[in-house]
Amino acid sequence: MVGIEEKGINYKDMVKKIGFPTIFIGGFWILILIAGGFLGISIATLISDTIKRAGMNGILVLAMVPSIQSGTGPNFALPVGIECGLFALVCAIEFGFTGWAWLFASIAFAIPLAVIVGYFYGKLLNAVKGSEMTIATYTGFSVVAFMCLPWLMIPFKNKNMGWFIGKGLRETIQLDAIKGAQKLNDFLRFSLFGENGFITFGGEKGIIIPTGMLLMFFLCCVIVWLYFRSKSGIAISAGGINPMFAKSSGIDIDKCRIKANILSTIMGAIGIIVYSQGYGYAQLYTAPLNMAFPAVAAILIGGATASRAKVSHVIIGVIIYQGLFTSALPVANILFEGTDLSETLRMIIQNGIILYALTQVKGGDK
Amino acid sequence: MSDNLLSLKHVSKEYSGNKVLKDINIELKKGEIHALIGENGAGKSTLMNILFGMPVIHTTGGFEGIVEIEGQEVNIRSPHDAMDYGIGMVHQEFMLIPGFTITENIKLNREITKPNLVSPVFGKRLETLNVKQMNEDTRKALDTLDMNIDEFLPVAGLPVGHMQFIEIAREIDKTGIKILVFDEPTAVLAESEAKNLLNAIRKLSRKGIGIIFISHRLDEIIDVADTVTVLRDGEHVVTKNVKDTNKYEIAQLMVGRKINIERVDESNKSIVDETILNIEDLVVEMPGERVKGIDLSVKKGEIVGIGGLAGQGKLGLANGIMGVFPAKGKVEFESKKLTLNDPKAAIKSGLAFVSEDRKGIGLLLEESIESNIAFSAMQINNDFTNNFAGMRLKDSAKIRSHAVKMIKDLDIRCTSPMQIVGSLSGGNQQKVCVARALTLNPTLLLVSEPTRGIDIGAKKLVLDLLKQLNSEGMTIVMTSSELAELRSICDRIVIICEGKVEGVLPPDAPDAEFGLMMSGSKHTEGSEV
Amino acid sequence: MNSVKTYQRLDTTKTSTWAADNIVSLIFVAFTIFGFIVSDGVTMNYFLTELSSRFFRNTFLVLSLIIPVVAGIGLNFGIVVGAMSAQIAIAFMRYFEFGGVLGLAFTFLLALPIAGLFGYFTGVLYNKTRGQEMIASLMVCYFANGLYQFLFLFVVGVIIKVPKTHPMIKPDGIGVRMTVDLVPVEDGGLKYALDKIYEIPFMWAILIVFACILLLQLWKIYRNKNNPALYRYNKTTVLINIILSIAMIAISIYSILKNSSLMMVRKVPVVTGLLIVALCIFNELILKTKLGQDFRSVGQSQHIAEVSGINVDKTRIIATIMSTVFASWGQIMYLQNMGTLNTYGAHTQIGMFSVAALLVGGASTQKAGVKHAIVGTLLFNSMFIMSPEVGISLFGNALLGEYFRTFMVYGVIGLALGLHVWRANKKGKITLN
Repeated sequence: MVGIEEKGINYKDMVKKIGFPTIFIGGFWILILIAGGFLGISIATLISDTIKRAGMNGILVLAMVPSIQSGTGPNFALPVGIECGLFALVCAIEFGFTGWAWLFASIAFAIPLAVIVGYFYGKLLNAVKGSEMTIATYTGFSVVAFMCLPWLMIPFKNKNMGWFIGKGLRETIQLDAIKGAQKLNDFLRFSLFGENGFITFGGEKGIIIPTGMLLMFFLCCVIVWLYFRSKSGIAISAGGINPMFAKSSGIDIDKCRIKANILSTIMGAIGIIVYSQGYGYAQLYTAPLNMAFPAVAAILIGGATASRAKVSHVIIGVIIYQGLFTSALPVANILFEGTDLSETLRMIIQNGIILYALTQVKGGDK
Repeated sequence: MSDNLLSLKHVSKEYSGNKVLKDINIELKKGEIHALIGENGAGKSTLMNILFGMPVIHTTGGFEGIVEIEGQEVNIRSPHDAMDYGIGMVHQEFMLIPGFTITENIKLNREITKPNLVSPVFGKRLETLNVKQMNEDTRKALDTLDMNIDEFLPVAGLPVGHMQFIEIAREIDKTGIKILVFDEPTAVLAESEAKNLLNAIRKLSRKGIGIIFISHRLDEIIDVADTVTVLRDGEHVVTKNVKDTNKYEIAQLMVGRKINIERVDESNKSIVDETILNIEDLVVEMPGERVKGIDLSVKKGEIVGIGGLAGQGKLGLANGIMGVFPAKGKVEFESKKLTLNDPKAAIKSGLAFVSEDRKGIGLLLEESIESNIAFSAMQINNDFTNNFAGMRLKDSAKIRSHAVKMIKDLDIRCTSPMQIVGSLSGGNQQKVCVARALTLNPTLLLVSEPTRGIDIGAKKLVLDLLKQLNSEGMTIVMTSSELAELRSICDRIVIICEGKVEGVLPPDAPDAEFGLMMSGSKHTEGSEV
Repeated sequence: MNSVKTYQRLDTTKTSTWAADNIVSLIFVAFTIFGFIVSDGVTMNYFLTELSSRFFRNTFLVLSLIIPVVAGIGLNFGIVVGAMSAQIAIAFMRYFEFGGVLGLAFTFLLALPIAGLFGYFTGVLYNKTRGQEMIASLMVCYFANGLYQFLFLFVVGVIIKVPKTHPMIKPDGIGVRMTVDLVPVEDGGLKYALDKIYEIPFMWAILIVFACILLLQLWKIYRNKNNPALYRYNKTTVLINIILSIAMIAISIYSILKNSSLMMVRKVPVVTGLLIVALCIFNELILKTKLGQDFRSVGQSQHIAEVSGINVDKTRIIATIMSTVFASWGQIMYLQNMGTLNTYGAHTQIGMFSVAALLVGGASTQKAGVKHAIVGTLLFNSMFIMSPEVGISLFGNALLGEYFRTFMVYGVIGLALGLHVWRANKKGKITLN
C-alpha cells in the first residue's frame, strides 16, 4: 500500500530495534556511572579509561563482523588471528625495529601472515558447516596451546624478549623498552576539560583522548564498512543469511566464507598489536586463550546477533562493554570492601550475553 | 445403523477465509479399497489431516462436518486419538530411523516392557524392554506382508521398497487397526516393488481393513481399487465404483472445470521457427522433484508451459538448468553449449530464473526492495557499482533510480524502494522477484509457479505481465501446477510425469487428455490412444 | 537364498574404516609407548601407581558423559555445573566439620538435589539452544563459574555471615579461601573417606578384574550358543579379551606368588571401584529400559521421536539431570582423593579433561559407551603421566612437555569434533548418483 508510515513513538518497537541486551547492559553502565559520581570517584577518569580501553579492544571486536556476516557466527577463533599478530610483533622486535618503525613493521608482517593463516582456517570452517562456533573455540584453544611451544623454543636473541636464563621468550614483553608503548595513544593526544581549559594537547588531566589509537580504530572501521558496501561484501552478507539465494545468483559461498575469514584474521592480528601498544605489554603463552569471549560479548551487547552484525554494533558494543567493566571495578571496590567482584561480574554478564545470543540462533531443527 | 467403517459427512474446511474443502461426503466399508484422486490443491492432504487429527487443523479453526467410525460419531483431536480409533497412515516421507532395527522402528514409542526392581519406585519409564516379545510381534507383522526379512536388521541400507513395507508393518502392528490410509505409496517404488505393494494392500483389505488409497496413477487405481472419489478444487466431484468407469472418464473429471481463464486471441502472433533452447536427456537431483531424462526444444519467442502433478519433476527442470540443484545432460542455449551446475554461467548466457521458492531462494527477506532488485545484476554483470580504491562499491543512487523505475513499471505496491521485502504482500514480493530477473536483461525467462499464494486479483496481473514481456520478444518457459493458467497464456504445454516428458498438448486439448497425461496413463503397455 | 544367515553377515566388521574411526586413540597409544621408550626415569611401578590413582579419581566423571551423547545432546561440557554442585555440598559439610564415612554419605545425598536443580536448568538451556548444544555447554561453564564465584566470594560472608576464624573462610571474614584442606578421614574429615573404607593390593585387583572379564566373555559365548540370533557378539573382540584376560591373570598370579616389585604399587580403593562398576552397569542397564530407548530415539532423530509421541524436551532434560548428578558424585570422589579443595579452580578444567578422555577412548559426538570411557581414561591419563618425561627427553624441557600436553588435550577435542562434523556433512550432501 502506498502511504506514509505512522510517525509515533512506539516504545515496544524501539526496544526491539535497539535490542534487549544493549538497553539492559547500557542502562546498567549508566547506573554504575551515577553511583560512581555519588561515591566521589572521578567521572573524568572513568570516561578516560573507558575511551582508552574501547580504543584498545575495538579492532578485536571489529573482527567479529566479517565472520558473523558470512554465516559462521561470531569468531570464537579470534586467538588464531591474535597469534598471527603476536608473532609478527615479536619478529619485528627481533629484527631490531623500535618506536614507530616497530609498529608499522609489526602490522606489515602481520597482514600477509594473517592472510595465509586465515585462508587455511577458512577452508577448515567450510568443512564443518553447522558447528563452526564449537570447532572455532577449540581451534582457537589449540592454536594458543600450540604456539606456546615455539614461544619456548624459538632462537630469538633480543634481550628485551628473552628469559634471563635459558632459551625462549618471556611471558610478558615490556613494550616501553622498545619505545613501542602508548605510541598510537600518544599521537596527537589531547584532553578535554584538562589543565588548560577545554582542549589541552598532551594533557594528563581531564578526559584524555588517545587520538592516534582512535584514528587507527576508526580507519579500520571505515575499511570494514566500505568492504561490506562493495560487491564482495554484499555477496558475503547474502551468502551468510540465505545461502540458496546467493548460490542461485552465481555466488561461490565457500570462497566468500574464506574471504570473510581472512579479513577477520587480519583484524585480529592488527587488533592485538594496537591492544598491546595501548596496554604497554605484549602477553604471550596462555594469555590469548580467552580473548575471544570479551570481543564476542561486546559485539552482542552492541546489538548484533549471531547472524547479523554492523560496524555500528562494534562501536556501541565496545564502548558499553569496556565502560561497564572499567567503571565497575572502582565502584565495586568501594561498595563491597575487600571483595573483587568486578571479575565475577564480568564472567556473569559477558558469558550470560553470549548464552542469550545462542538461544536466539534459529536453525536447530528437531 | 450403516455398515460403514468410516463416514465423512459434509466435511468442510477453511483456511483464513479460503475454502479448501467444500461439503465432502465419503463412505468406506470394511475391506473396501477406496481410491482418492485429484490434482494439487484439490484437498486430498487437508482431508487426510482432518481424519488424522493433525494439529494444523485445530490451530486454524477446526473443521465443519461429522466423522463417524462404525456408525459412531468421533472427535479426533490428535494423531494419538486417530491411532486409538484404529486409523493408521502410511506417509510419503518415511518416518524411519536408519540407525534402529526394524523392530525398534516398528515399536517406536509403543515398546513392550516388563516391570523390574526399580520400576515400582521410579515409574513405568524404567521398566525393562521385552525384546523377545517385540521381535515376535514384528515377525508377525512382517509375515502378514510376506516379508521374509529379519526383524533385527538395521533399517539403514534397506531398499526403498522394504522401507515402505516396514512403514505398513508398523501401522498394522498397532492393535485394533481398522482403517489404513496410503498417501502416494508407489511414488518411490520400482515396478516390481509396486506390484508387491498392491498385493499386500489386497491382502490387508481381505482381512477387513478399510483402505484409503491416494494416488495419481490411474492404472493402479483401476487395478486395485473398488471405488474411486475424485476431488477438484476442494469439491467432491464424484464417487464411482471402479468397475462402472474407466481411465478416460476419471482423468476428465479430475481436470475438467466449468470456468476457464479467458484466452486472448492472438492469431497474429507469429513464432519464429528457431530453436533457442535445446535440452537433451536432462537429469536433475532435486529432492522431491527428480528429473530422470527430459528432452525438450523451446522456440524463440514462444511461451512454453511445463505442467504436471506435484513431485513428478516439473519443478526440477528449471532448477536444474539454472544450477540450483545438481544436474547432468546436454543443454544448448542460442546454439552454444550451456555449462550445467553453474548458476553464473547460466545467467551470463542470458537466462534468468524466478524460482518457485519465493521466500527461500527468491528473496533476501530482511533487505530492501532496491537491494533485492539490484542484487543479481550487481554480482554477475558488475552493474550498479563504482570502482574505488580497488573495491567495487555499490552505487546507491543508481540502485535507487533503477528500483523506482521497476516499481513504476511493474506496479509494485510499497512505501518506498527502501521498504523491507519481507513486509510486502505475496503478489508484490513476486513482482520484486520478477524485477530482479528482468534487471539482468535476459533473453529467456524461466518462471516457476508465478502465481502461487497470490490472490485471484493479483494472479491476472502477473500473467498479463508475462504476456506483455513475451509480446516484446522475450521467450518464456513457465512451470506451473495450475493447468488453468498454463492454458490461458502458453502456446503449448509440456506435461512431465515420473521425471520425463509424457507429452505435449495444445492449450485447447480436451481435459481428458491432460488428465491422462498427468497421471502417466498414456505410456503403460496395452493402452492405445 | 544363500546359506549365510543375515545376522552372520551383519557381524563382519568393516576393517577399512576402523583406522579412521579410531585415529585419535591410536595417536595416544603411540604417544604413551613413545614415552616409555624415550624416558629413562619412569618405572612401571611409578607409572602404574599414578595411573591407578588417576583412574579411580576420574573415571566416574567420564562415565557421566555417556548418557547425553546417547540422547543426542553431544558432549556435555556442562558437567562442570555438576562439579560445582558437589563443591557446594563439600564446602557445606566442611564448614560444619561433618566428616568421616557418614559425612561422605551425607555429601552424596546433599549434592543430589543441588545437582538435580542445576542439571534441570542446564537441560532447559540445551533445549533452547537446539543445534548448538556444545558451544552452549562451553559457555554455560563460564557463566556458572561466575555465579559460583559470586556465591563463594560474596554471598558467603556478606549475606550469609560467617566467623572470620573458621579455617575455611578468608581472614577478613568475606569469602571462602582459595584452598580448603579436607581433613583426613581419621580426624573426622572427608579426605580419603571413600578410598580408605577398604583397600586391596594392586595385583589382587588386577586378578579379580580380569577374572571377571574372562567370565563375562565365556558367558557371552555360552549365551550365543543357545540363541545365536538374539545374542550376537563380536568374535574378534571377545577373542582379544580372552587372551588379554588370561595374560593379565597369569601376570598377577605370578606377581602375587613371587611378591615382585609390582606388589609395591599403591593399593586400590575397593568401594570407589565398586561405585565405578555400578555406574558402568547402570549405563548399560538404562539402555535396556523404556527410558533408555527413548534416549536413543531422541538421539537418533528428534523429529521422528516427536512425531511418534515421545516428549523430546522432557527426555533431554532427564538425560541432562542424570549426567549432572553423576558428575557431582564423580567430583566428590575426585575431591576426596585429592584431599584439598581448590575452591576456584578444581572444577574449571574438569569438563574439558573428561570430554577429551572420552574422545580418546574412541567415542564421538553421536556414539559413546562404557568401553570408551574406561579405555579413554586409561589412555588419556597415561599421556598425562608421560608428557613431562617426553618433554625432557625430546626437548630437554619439562615445561615444554606440559605445554605439549595442553596442546594435545585441546587438539584432541578439536580434531575429534572436526572429523566427526566433516564426515557427517559429507554424508548429507546431495549428489548425482
